[in-house]
Amino acid sequence: MAGTERAQAAYPYTIQFGPEDDGRFWFYNSMHFPEPMSCFDMVTAEAAYCALGAANTRVHCLPTTLGIDHRIINGRVYIGGNAVTDPAEIARRTEQFQKRAFYYYENWERLYGSWKEKMLALIRSAEALPRPALPEFEPLENVHAGRGLAANHTLLETYQKTLEGYFRMWHHHFEFLLLGYGAYLTFFAFCKQAFPEISDQTIARMVAGIDAEIFRPDEELRRLARRAVELRVDGQFQDGLSATTIIASLEQAGPAGEEWLRELATSRDPWFNINVGDGFYHYHRSWNDDLSMPFAGLPGYIARVKAGESLERPFEKLQQERRELIAAYRELLSSDEERIAYDQMIELAHRVFPYVEGHKFYCEHWYTNLFFNKVREFGALLAEHGFFADAEDVFHLTHYELEAAIIDLMNAWSTGSKPRGPAHWPPLVAERRAALEVWAQHPTPPALGPVPEIIDDPAIVMLWGITRESLDTWLNADGKDTSNEIRGFAASNGVVEGPARVIKSVDDIGRIQSGDILVCQITNPTWAPIFQKIAGAVSDIGGSMSHAAIVAREFGLPAVVGTGSATSRIKDGQRVRVDGGRGVVTVLG
Amino acid sequence: MAGAASLRFSADMSAISWFPEVGLGDRARVGGKGGSLGELVRAGISVPPGFVVATEAFEQFLTALEAGEPVRERIEALPADDLPAITACSQALRSRIEQTALPEALSEQITAAHAQLCAESASGPTLAVAVRSSATTEDAADASFAGLQDTHLWVRGTLDTLRLIRSCWASLYSVESISYRRHRRLPEQGVSMAVVVQRMVDARTAGVMFTRSPTTGDRSVITIEGAWGLGSAVVGGEVTPDRWVIGKITGEIGVRDISDKAIQHLPAISGGIRTEPVDDAQRRTPCLSDDQLSALCAIGRRVERHYGRPQDIEWAIERSSGEVLLLQSRPETVWSSRDAGPVARAAGNPFTHVMSIFGGRR
Repeated sequence: MAGTERAQAAYPYTIQFGPEDDGRFWFYNSMHFPEPMSCFDMVTAEAAYCALGAANTRVHCLPTTLGIDHRIINGRVYIGGNAVTDPAEIARRTEQFQKRAFYYYENWERLYGSWKEKMLALIRSAEALPRPALPEFEPLENVHAGRGLAANHTLLETYQKTLEGYFRMWHHHFEFLLLGYGAYLTFFAFCKQAFPEISDQTIARMVAGIDAEIFRPDEELRRLARRAVELRVDGQFQDGLSATTIIASLEQAGPAGEEWLRELATSRDPWFNINVGDGFYHYHRSWNDDLSMPFAGLPGYIARVKAGESLERPFEKLQQERRELIAAYRELLSSDEERIAYDQMIELAHRVFPYVEGHKFYCEHWYTNLFFNKVREFGALLAEHGFFADAEDVFHLTHYELEAAIIDLMNAWSTGSKPRGPAHWPPLVAERRAALEVWAQHPTPPALGPVPEIIDDPAIVMLWGITRESLDTWLNADGKDTSNEIRGFAASNGVVEGPARVIKSVDDIGRIQSGDILVCQITNPTWAPIFQKIAGAVSDIGGSMSHAAIVAREFGLPAVVGTGSATSRIKDGQRVRVDGGRGVVTVLG
Repeated sequence: MAGAASLRFSADMSAISWFPEVGLGDRARVGGKGGSLGELVRAGISVPPGFVVATEAFEQFLTALEAGEPVRERIEALPADDLPAITACSQALRSRIEQTALPEALSEQITAAHAQLCAESASGPTLAVAVRSSATTEDAADASFAGLQDTHLWVRGTLDTLRLIRSCWASLYSVESISYRRHRRLPEQGVSMAVVVQRMVDARTAGVMFTRSPTTGDRSVITIEGAWGLGSAVVGGEVTPDRWVIGKITGEIGVRDISDKAIQHLPAISGGIRTEPVDDAQRRTPCLSDDQLSALCAIGRRVERHYGRPQDIEWAIERSSGEVLLLQSRPETVWSSRDAGPVARAAGNPFTHVMSIFGGRR
């Protein structure tokens, strides 16, 4: 695109489209990367696809697919599968796959137990990394201790460990992922065949855990609301007050206020380490980094506690409901033969699901936060030395460039000369920032290259829900659509009308009024606090087994997810009707 | 009405059975329709009250008829392909049936039962009833044969009721019915018919319900179709009904297609049915509330469980009382006959199921 060529060229050569990519099918990964990617944030794609591919191609040896290639154009991430089609090769890989995958299924609980230990150790080591800093003189005690390393080396060591940890985290992330999704989808596909009209939500309800980690942040918030009422400090929480104001007033509120703040601190570590997005962008900040999201939810929860609600999730009742649901569908099957197969499949789905649901908290939320915040600290140090005007500018450098900038600073500190960065980076940062703004306005084709006849790559189907049919819908949706109906997945039943509140960034959350219809790109459980305020929810991205759908159902809110285009087609303030049972949003005017 | 059943029964009324007294096991005596209505009452389902004029009544009448001239023998002598002969025989027989008086005892029993039905209704002697043939055969081929037999709606008064009962019997000897039996060389002995006499329902809303998806065969959903007024407009395809698809287990309403219901069938004062336009305000209004939908679903599940197989059901919501009543329930036949093998079979190693996802296209 004119004027953005140099910004495009800044991405690593490995992910630029080349002539050899023509003739291959690529689709836009709008699910994970719905906005143009800054140079640094592309590390997520690089690390994730590297780990995903290793798991598929070399570790589990999926029979019909290797890894996923990725490319970038205009800041948008396109991906392409690598199918195995030779029957002999599929047979060879199948033999390997069964030795590996079946071992994981057999030993799932034990392996997942050690996975959690591994992840927590990784998180602790990332937390232990020092804040990057350059003293004028090396501290005397280091010299006397004969450390033999100067502070500038620690910068490089910290940066490399930060980066290495992120790549490592993604390997852990994919250790179980495809196997877990595959076991779930096996049961899902069975249900769809046995009960062609069963909703995705119902299948998800039969499998979803009730005490998954992903529910915890919201549960902590409910707990804090209860504590506020018990401690009689609930008067401090009013709609429209900022988190800072509320905390300041609690600090002045005597022992009860202090007690509540201690409770807050307990909840924050670790449960507020949850992003307001999917964790793939540096600006998806966590509740811990920005308390406005959780605090926006507290007045509503407090009002419900005072109205006599316990706000505790009824675990026993939910578990009982799940058992009844499973038994009732089982009874409808046509033969005992089918019932045994059903039992086998759902048992495996239940075994794998704690990982499918739980891993995100550790990987995409907790670890990713630590990672981006550490990079932010490097940004602050470089800004302090004149590399950028603002610490956040660091995210306009690729991770390779950032290492070069750090080495630049290390050299300058060691030689006593000025670093070269302050003259080099500011114009590039400005150019890249401008390009992202241009790209954000530019339409993005959902796919490039020849569309294949069939798409049965299990990784693609599983992770993105992409089939030939869904692709056809997307490709058509890109045309001139003048209808006032927007279709998506029916995520949560009910019909509701209200004014649309189009929320493009977390900063807009304060604009949400009671009774609004939330229209956003993506929601996740961290948005739960505002779900109690709104009348319905619509998102661009997400499937009916997404957590947004689960949370919406828990709040009894009509919701349509995965519309692809709601935030661009609906204008803020327009009246819309959300039909969560049919998956249709109608713009009324 | 189940509680009143015992009061009604007495030995000298053996040709008459009230619904609570019969079930599917009595099909040979009361026919498929009569047995099915009785069975619904036994399952605790509300149906409009009524009685069955059992096959004994037909046999008594036929005996009286044969005293004059043989009936069965003459039919069995007819060549299957001799349409003129069949037609002539049919015409002669039908007019004999319609003109021959009922044996007195039988006539008294039916009149008494009809009077009792009227007495229990607010309408009294002007009560409208349905007089329906209830065939004693039930397999799929015979079901279509049953369709050849008569149903008379919105019948008022004892005389018309008695006349139309004979008319139902006469339909056994229609040209089509005789030809059907002759082509299949069915013996006339045992060809008999019961007749159902049942209170008509002035429906505010009526329609059909399938406890298995008619489009996909899914056993986990219930499809309900309904429109304003009598169900005949829906069954006869004269109005596009509202349509809902509801999770049988979850109760979730997955589909709500509200149509433009331009006309409705209403009972005519002179008997029969009249077609009226629907008020503009009502045309696009859903004809059932969510509460009514869930009440219907509960009834559908109960009937299905009682019979142990998916059902096609006709229902109505009574205008005056708002009560949900079932008019008919039949086993679903289309998908049941199509059922293929199991979707998946038990696996020696349960993990091998995942190969359906990981193993490539099957």
